[in-house]
Amino acid sequence: MKIEILGKGCPKCSRLVQNTREAVKALGIDAEIVKVTDINRIVDYGVINTPGFAVNGIVKSSGKVLSTKEIISIID
Amino acid sequence: MIIAAFFLAFYFLPIGKSGFQKSVIEALSLAKMYAREHVVFCLIPAFFIAGAISVFISKGAVMKYLGAGAKKIVAYPIASVSGSVLAVCSCTVLPLFAGIHKRGAGIGPATAFLYSGPAINVLAVILTSRILGLEMGIARALGAVVFSVVIGLTMQIIFKSPSTDESFDENLIEAEEANRPLWQAMVYFGLMVMILIFSNWGRPEQTQGIWHLIYSGKWVITSISAVIFGLALVIWYHYDARKIFIVMGATAVLALVFHNPMIPFVAALIGIAWASMTDGEEGKEWVSSTWDFAKQIFPLLFAGILIAGFLLGSPEGEGIIPSGWISSLVGGNSFLANFFASVTGAFMYFATLTEVPILEGLMSHGMGKGPALALLLAGPAVSLPNMLVIRSVLGTKKTVVFVLLVVVMATISGMIFGNLF
Repeated sequence: MKIEILGKGCPKCSRLVQNTREAVKALGIDAEIVKVTDINRIVDYGVINTPGFAVNGIVKSSGKVLSTKEIISIID
Repeated sequence: MIIAAFFLAFYFLPIGKSGFQKSVIEALSLAKMYAREHVVFCLIPAFFIAGAISVFISKGAVMKYLGAGAKKIVAYPIASVSGSVLAVCSCTVLPLFAGIHKRGAGIGPATAFLYSGPAINVLAVILTSRILGLEMGIARALGAVVFSVVIGLTMQIIFKSPSTDESFDENLIEAEEANRPLWQAMVYFGLMVMILIFSNWGRPEQTQGIWHLIYSGKWVITSISAVIFGLALVIWYHYDARKIFIVMGATAVLALVFHNPMIPFVAALIGIAWASMTDGEEGKEWVSSTWDFAKQIFPLLFAGILIAGFLLGSPEGEGIIPSGWISSLVGGNSFLANFFASVTGAFMYFATLTEVPILEGLMSHGMGKGPALALLLAGPAVSLPNMLVIRSVLGTKKTVVFVLLVVVMATISGMIFGNLF
């Protein structure tokens, strides 16, 4: 599974990365977490409100710091 | 390497040179002034407002007007003012800009947004008005809005923007359905702004008339606004009424016991944060995004204040750069002074809000009001690092034209403002 966090590095984005790491750890699954900071790629995903959250190339949420619980329910 | 660098830095540390020492003291005294005068009544409430905007205002609803199907006549005004609610933090300006350009209303509205966004967000306007004076704050917001439309239209005319990508999935920016009517949100923000404005009301020169009346009653007005705000939280936002009454009671008692208004004010802020944290999702999000802004902006701002104090001095004393240099370069309101301020501003990078203490330093040592506005307008809108990002979105040619337009417009606004005031 590939999880991408889309954002230009504001504190919200790093909090989302943090929560994602925790969620992946809690589930004990094998997932790659990638930070996408290139603005053109972010826009290509259709995300305008950062941070965006994409699983296997599909955007699941944008403009929101998902909690660890929410992330678990999305990726599980 | 690092150890060696540290050693060398201390070896050559010019302690004892009177100029250096004086500048260090200036830096510290400027920081002290900010900490005493601006943090509690101005910055912290401003952060609460910024946090509320980012949580309670639906960005999707605004973005609809900037989408691919948007009418141009609507898109320009919306783009020029929407920075105030969309771009509370500078790190969100660029993704929004790229989104509007590529998938939405095209290059005109996108560049209009990019120019005005950093200048009219709430934090910038509040801090500018508070520290550099109300007319500067208003001129900054107005100048940014008016000239952003001019820049956007010019870009649109020069580069007939190609048809935008129609495949844009509007659903992604679809608004989370609003859970309360707009007027309630307006009242809510209105009350917060009232509290902010009246608690910061300055002592007027004369001791008679309407301004003095407002000044002498400023804490009464602030308290009334705060009480209504508390009731609004209970009625519309379903806060626990008991908690709000506890906070109000505690604040009132503190206000009666202490004569320093800062103590009840801080108590009320803490109380609101506490009631929000323990009451549902929205409140928690409000406090956590407020905290995010504070955490992100405070360190940068205070670093900026220290540097500004060191280089330029506080309003009372001179820093390491002599006043003569400043007034000879950007004093008065000549074309050259305005132009120089615009160009410097365009290339220099200002971390969020640090442009304000830097300008305070410059202005108290001879910078004219016109050039100051020019720097305020050109400064946060573009900088060398974000030019590179803009270039990756627009390409070299359009970026160069955009930067040129920014410099020209900032110079013109500066000259107009400098002549008026």
